[in-house]
Amino acid sequence: MERVAVEVLTEDMFAVETIDLTKDYTVGFWRKRPKRALDVLTLQVRVGEIFGLLGPNGAGKSTTLKLLVRLIFPTSGTARILGRGLDEVAIRARIGFLPENPYFYDHLTAHEFLTYAADLFGLGKNERCRRVGELLEKVGLVGSENVALRKFSKGMLQRVGIAQALINDPELVFLDEPMSGLDPLGRRETRDLILELKAAGKTVFFSTHILSDAEMLCDRVAILDRGRLQGCGELREILNLGVSVTEIVLDNPLSNLVEGLRALSTRIVRTGERVRVEISEESRVARALNLILKQGGRIVSVNPVKMSLEDYFMASVSGAADKVYGSRNVEIPLAKQ
Amino acid sequence: MMNRVASIAWHTFKESVRERVLYNLIVFALLLLGAAILFGSISVGIERIIIVNLGLSSIAVFGLMMAIFIGITLVWKEIDRRTIFSILSKPVRRAEFIFGKYAGLMLTLLINTAIMTAGFYLALFYVKRTLEFADLVALQAVYFILLQLAMVVGLALLFSCITTPVLAAVFTFSLYVIGNFLNDIRWFGQETGSPLVMKFTAAIYYLLPNFSNFNVIGQIAHGQRVPGYLLIANSFYALLYVAILLSAAILIFEQREFK
Repeated sequence: MERVAVEVLTEDMFAVETIDLTKDYTVGFWRKRPKRALDVLTLQVRVGEIFGLLGPNGAGKSTTLKLLVRLIFPTSGTARILGRGLDEVAIRARIGFLPENPYFYDHLTAHEFLTYAADLFGLGKNERCRRVGELLEKVGLVGSENVALRKFSKGMLQRVGIAQALINDPELVFLDEPMSGLDPLGRRETRDLILELKAAGKTVFFSTHILSDAEMLCDRVAILDRGRLQGCGELREILNLGVSVTEIVLDNPLSNLVEGLRALSTRIVRTGERVRVEISEESRVARALNLILKQGGRIVSVNPVKMSLEDYFMASVSGAADKVYGSRNVEIPLAKQ
Repeated sequence: MMNRVASIAWHTFKESVRERVLYNLIVFALLLLGAAILFGSISVGIERIIIVNLGLSSIAVFGLMMAIFIGITLVWKEIDRRTIFSILSKPVRRAEFIFGKYAGLMLTLLINTAIMTAGFYLALFYVKRTLEFADLVALQAVYFILLQLAMVVGLALLFSCITTPVLAAVFTFSLYVIGNFLNDIRWFGQETGSPLVMKFTAAIYYLLPNFSNFNVIGQIAHGQRVPGYLLIANSFYALLYVAILLSAAILIFEQREFK
């Protein structure tokens, strides 16, 4: 198997590093003009972490991954993977890549395709047989390995795609929308597989628009919108950005209590017998609780509502911040490394 | 490097073999040979000429059809179906991919031509009731057919890298037809006496692939051997032309982006 000089990658090294990575596509038939798909993307992915690239459709997620595996070339800027330049073909022996909505050779079976993939990495016969067998089992395709890929469902093709991305036991795995097309069981298995990869010391860089997957898996995320990096940071930090609002639920309060709380709260919603009071400033929470106790109100619950990844995502994606937070300013750490 | 080229070639061969069109073409070729047998049996005294002419021509035509129709989709299909994403993201150089695809189709054509040649000799044996050492001279024509196919696949592969299959088929077939008349085109230029036309036809003569020197089927059918120098010259010409075509295909493919 062809490998570049063996290097020991330590945790303070970057598995992926992009510096001002920019990609313009040419659009238009008669009047050709450039359209920016990725705009000066600078980010670093540490060795051994699960890094999620989030963003709506057309944000530049797939463009970033394709640039990193050299299927397209940058207009400007540079990138390095595992400390090496992208133009070094041998570096690809140490990475795995799952394309978005993978489509493989109709005429091959899963076993034949994985064998072909193993051959391209120059795996010896014994290692090839072992890896193909292991991966077929890992992605749940035992029993279907000799069926032509044309008869596979989208979910099964996705599993083949994941298996081929791991055939060389890569140090760094790029997965473009790995949960796409999978049923709930398949998604859970893929999540477990990604966590297994991390446990084995691998770096996983994946794109997704399914925020719950990112929330469950990622150490850090970056959010892209229309080709620009909107935010990047550790998930723990993002999810602990602070209490954005405290929610007090009261059981059938008197109307004068509700009126008294109105001055302290940002929103009051009545649902049947229950009244939900949202208070954004921490100092007002104690005053509100005192008022409730004084006036004999019955408290059902007091919940500090923390920012979710979805809130963070919505705030990061252009134009959405005001819709989510109104006049409250939530600070998004930009491109924090 | 060779392992990866061989893997891609073997995979391309396997893909061609599993395409039903390949079997259809073999069946068609065998049917044509059957017709040759029929014609041979009703043409008193000239059955050998008819069988050799018809047999070798059908080997050339069916080989050409396969070379064009599989060749034009060799790279295009990989891009269109996005199967290329999972190949080029592995440690595969783009040149290796092109070499592998080319070698795979050539292997398919080689095996296919070998089967058709075997069928041709069977037909010849059926008509003549014997096979002589002199009949082996037909293998020279088969060799030239293979050299032509090597050039045609190079052309189809080059066009497959830059355009759609329909246009690639049109360009490849047009160049094949023009290439069969290059000697006549040059002669025509010289006959006009105009320096401008002469320069133009000479340029075409040297630039475009010349297939006319490879057509020796008529000669072989009449029992004439192909001169040794032509065997060597044609071999070198085909080798050089294929090298140029593949280099051009690689240069284009190296710049290509897969969105």
